[in-house]
Amino acid sequence: MSELTQKVSGQPIVVDQAVGPWKEAWRSFKKSKSALAGTFIVVFFVLLAIVGPLFVPQAINEQNFSMRLQAPSSQFWFGTDDFGRDIFSRIVHGARLSLTVGFFAVIFSAVIGSFLGIISGYYGKWIDTIISRFFDIMLAFPSILLAIAVVSILGPSLQNALIAIAIINVPNFGRLIRSKVLSVKQEEYVMAARAIGMSDARILWRHILPNSMIPVIVQGTLSIATAIIEAAALGFLGLGAEAPQPEWGKMLADSRQYLMTAPWTLIFPGLAIMLTVLGFNLMGDGLRDALDPKMKS
Amino acid sequence: MVNQKKILEINELETSFFSDDGKIAAVDHVNFDLHEGEILAIVGESGCGKSVTSLSIMGLVPSPPGKITNGEILLQGKDISKFSEKEMRKIRGNDIAMIFQEPMTSLNPLFTIGNQISEAILIHNKSWSKKQVRERAVEMLRLVGLPRAEELLNEYPHQLSGGMRQRVMIAMALVCNPKVLIADEPTTALDVTIQAQILKLIRELNDKFNTAVLMITHDLGVVAETCQRVIVMYAGQVVEEATVQEIFKNPKHPYTKGLIQSVPDMRYKKESLYSIPGNVPKPGSVKVGCRFAQRCEFATDRCLTENPALYELSSSHKSRCFLVEEEGGSVNGKESLVESK
Repeated sequence: MSELTQKVSGQPIVVDQAVGPWKEAWRSFKKSKSALAGTFIVVFFVLLAIVGPLFVPQAINEQNFSMRLQAPSSQFWFGTDDFGRDIFSRIVHGARLSLTVGFFAVIFSAVIGSFLGIISGYYGKWIDTIISRFFDIMLAFPSILLAIAVVSILGPSLQNALIAIAIINVPNFGRLIRSKVLSVKQEEYVMAARAIGMSDARILWRHILPNSMIPVIVQGTLSIATAIIEAAALGFLGLGAEAPQPEWGKMLADSRQYLMTAPWTLIFPGLAIMLTVLGFNLMGDGLRDALDPKMKS
Repeated sequence: MVNQKKILEINELETSFFSDDGKIAAVDHVNFDLHEGEILAIVGESGCGKSVTSLSIMGLVPSPPGKITNGEILLQGKDISKFSEKEMRKIRGNDIAMIFQEPMTSLNPLFTIGNQISEAILIHNKSWSKKQVRERAVEMLRLVGLPRAEELLNEYPHQLSGGMRQRVMIAMALVCNPKVLIADEPTTALDVTIQAQILKLIRELNDKFNTAVLMITHDLGVVAETCQRVIVMYAGQVVEEATVQEIFKNPKHPYTKGLIQSVPDMRYKKESLYSIPGNVPKPGSVKVGCRFAQRCEFATDRCLTENPALYELSSSHKSRCFLVEEEGGSVNGKESLVESK
């Protein structure tokens, strides 16, 4: 009862601070333990990527042949690889590479995909036909094959791997936002906005875009995980990071002959990939449940 | 009333939808005038073309498949149906504003009330300062009878009740002092006590600013309470036009009579409420004869073969029924054109 006060005019007023949609989403996000665990992992790796390289015990590319394939010890926490390089230091550096690739690839594909998706969903007609068919064609290829094709055209490097991953993810975002726009544009507030003389561009920016962003945020978080795996896969195939770069997938590829003799050369990079991906997936699931309960399946 | 200046004239308006079956006219050669400062009701069942008429006036008919295929819409003498989208944008909100049926979904859930009202103000007054806009927003919220206007500016739509949201919508629509307000079933989604408040508000604002109101409704109670003149639509056509007193005292078209009989009347104890048998025919499905003939208890052979014209009983009362012709109604010039088509 204390929550309610009665105004003299008879208008009951619920005493409640103005809670925006974001604040409300945060409230429900906080309740999920797995989402919080995911966020913790993500934050950990992000911090590792940012400040980690300043504190690592060994220089990453320093080769020390007397210390080849050393098992984990107090000096080399995760052991050393076949060049005698400290795996722990390399993994910390690798976090920076993997997260950069994951993050920027997703940003690029989300921006381009959202733009194309919004245009095609809002304007429809022939624009929609062209863009949608274009997405269909891209989705007809297995994504990793497409990425390999793009990298072979551009030449193998981490930057080109990033571009390839960005390109192959565009149709996912495009189709997602297109379907959302199709439903948002039927909303009455869009009609009401047109009825007060708002221009199409403004309606897109003010009403359609913000109300279509939620699935993109969720998909974006989950896509970072996929992008990291794809970058590692390209690295493993020798199409991503180049020789001395401590990219996780590349580290796996370089050490695969030591699987039996020095398993730590594989376990730790693999574990790093797995943990980061798990973190982003848990966080993405939590975001989905918090932001868009209807998407829960 | 008759001498008042016409602010909106609808002449021979035809709005069609194009489907696989060809052209279907949802609004079929509709004529009416809206005078300065009056409240005019358009009544009819669902699917009669009321909403399409109002969207045609706003230039918001979804296209494709819809299109205005004939006629003109004169706003103070200028035919706005021929305007480009850019010109229409200046008219919308500025000269003609519209409020919708569903206040619950008419506001963007992601922005505060203040943000959305400011947006509406800024569209047509780009040079206004932040302070001016804010003051105007507060003024408008007070005007539509919302308490704690200042606080409301920072609240989100979900914190408001349906009635409050409809008031916000009205405030947004009236922000630029439009000459015409189209209210498309503004009270349908609200409960009865709130309905009465919103109608009272529309009447007061109409009085205060002399804004002409086009009230689209299917509720004759709303008509009786707010309007001066009534247009009854059936299957895309105007079937009766009269002052509100005439409509209730002396309805001429059997459809209007049926509508009035289906309103519960406290004075008589009736076992069950009257209802007009059947449904509104699908637009375009009645090719010959009166469109109401299938449901009409007075239908004759003539009604099945010939579409009646809009007969004039007096300068303010017209009805599309052969019974009126027998009573001595005459056809005016415009209508005989339709007949001869």
